[in-house]
Amino acid sequence: MNSIVCLKEVPDTETRIEIRDGQIVEEGIQYVVNPYDEYALEEALKWQEQLGGKVTLLTVGPERARESILKGLAMGADEVYHLSDPAFLDGDAYATAQALATAIQKLGEYDIVFCGKQAVDDDSAAVGIMLAQMLDLPHVSVVTSLEIDAEAKSAKAEREIEGGKEVVELSLPAVITAQKGLNEPRYPSFRGIRQARRKPFNQWTLADVGAEAEQVGAAGARLEVVEVLPPPERSAGQIIEGEPAEAAKELARLLREEAKVI
Amino acid sequence: MANNVLVVAEQRDGVLKKVAFEMLGLGAELAAALGGNVEAVLLGAGLGDLPDTLAQYGATKVYAADEESLAVYSSEGYANTLAAFIQAADPQPAIVLLGATAMGKDLAPRLAARLGVGLAPDCISMEIEDGRLTAIRPIFAGKALAKVRLKGDPQIATLRPNVLAAPEPDPAATATVEAIAADPGTVRARVVDIVAAGEGEIDVAEADVIVSGGRGVGGPEGFAPIRNLAKTLGAAVGASRAAVDAGWIDHPHQVGQTGKTVTPNLYIACGISGAIQHQAGMKTSKVIVAINKDPEAPIFKIANYGIVGDLFEVVPALDKELQALLAE
Repeated sequence: MNSIVCLKEVPDTETRIEIRDGQIVEEGIQYVVNPYDEYALEEALKWQEQLGGKVTLLTVGPERARESILKGLAMGADEVYHLSDPAFLDGDAYATAQALATAIQKLGEYDIVFCGKQAVDDDSAAVGIMLAQMLDLPHVSVVTSLEIDAEAKSAKAEREIEGGKEVVELSLPAVITAQKGLNEPRYPSFRGIRQARRKPFNQWTLADVGAEAEQVGAAGARLEVVEVLPPPERSAGQIIEGEPAEAAKELARLLREEAKVI
Repeated sequence: MANNVLVVAEQRDGVLKKVAFEMLGLGAELAAALGGNVEAVLLGAGLGDLPDTLAQYGATKVYAADEESLAVYSSEGYANTLAAFIQAADPQPAIVLLGATAMGKDLAPRLAARLGVGLAPDCISMEIEDGRLTAIRPIFAGKALAKVRLKGDPQIATLRPNVLAAPEPDPAATATVEAIAADPGTVRARVVDIVAAGEGEIDVAEADVIVSGGRGVGGPEGFAPIRNLAKTLGAAVGASRAAVDAGWIDHPHQVGQTGKTVTPNLYIACGISGAIQHQAGMKTSKVIVAINKDPEAPIFKIANYGIVGDLFEVVPALDKELQALLAE
């Protein structure tokens, strides 16, 4: 069973985001693999151990992304295709899905495309699903459990919905977007880290992928970010003093009479 | 000239999602600015009088695809039906709104890609500027806001639930209903079962009140007073990443950057220090209460009300007081 795993480099979730002149300040940001993409990769590796085949990583991002993506190779993936051409950068979900779809068609044979359910930077939660539509594949998003029947070329997935889960049966090939809870991503071993730098790391230009410049990256984006704004500030309120019982009583009163939320 | 707003109203088992009403209120404002109407489309089987309910909340017309093949949601079936309807509509809607719910988040990207247009996901406000939709959407789980515009038509956006108020319903309104065809196409991913979480459990993403526990609860059994308080308030139980990663509670409860982003009326954080990635998920709550032993905990910097103390003393005491208040 061959898998393609889409990885994205994102700022660490512990990073403080600074905004200047309507844009995010990039200095000082620590980059990591998008946490949800690690669940996607772990799932691909888990099934590779059982069923064999190859795990290929695919990423769109600047030159810088190489360092984060090496972690994917260290975890156990076989090779990387990095769409590093500047023409691929600064796209919206649509343009990025378009670039990935074109690259995946070029890569050929695969059974599952795994993505994280969303990237924790732009929070669109759209690339994997758009990709499925562009490749004319079924998809299941926000997946917390997956069973694959390689012979029948089918799978059964559970996906999180409000107050429960949906159980979905689907045919392969398909796109799966991973939610936390699907598995526990492995840490790269020392051996894995050593081997990672010797594995194929292919950098693809626009021409290598065979994509049209106006369909991908900033030129292909259909959602334009006019500006980035800081969120409204919240200031500290009131500390209620006193013994627990006393303070609790006063808090209950304030919630009802002042905040009017009870 | 396209100037109508189409609201994709979500229902499960004959119950409309509240965000459908919130979208009708917003859609009416957007349509007024464009000189058009707000209309709704409803997919399912056995829709009954749901179209009238949508009319009461402002839909001037309701398109209903009421067929067995749409009884259970499927991304492909719903996206195909909606795409066929929107492509054939005359005039085409200028704007299509969906709720940023489990269903809407799954459906909207598929629909947008099917129509070859972009998507403005999970918006918290929308307005018309120069005849085009301009929306604000949180990014980095709310650490920043992006002001966005869409190229191409129709403009598709999803609205985060619970942010905008629903309009007052007009009980006298009845809907003009037009039946539309189900056109699910080949559905290759099919929902075969829906499993409810625990009985009576409310999802944090849908709750008006959330009582959350963090590292300070100390273990799975430490969630007991939090669950009790949640029960008193009809609230959902939330958790910080620390509590989820420790295995004390399941991930669907997690609030924060790798969990859910929530906007309840009241968020009670118990034994949660307020790491930046947790704050990102709950900072837009209308009222925040923090209960923590550590007076230096960052959560106090964003809380409207704080009590410095042991949650195992304060939370049961608060539960008792609120029970008494609610019984009055």
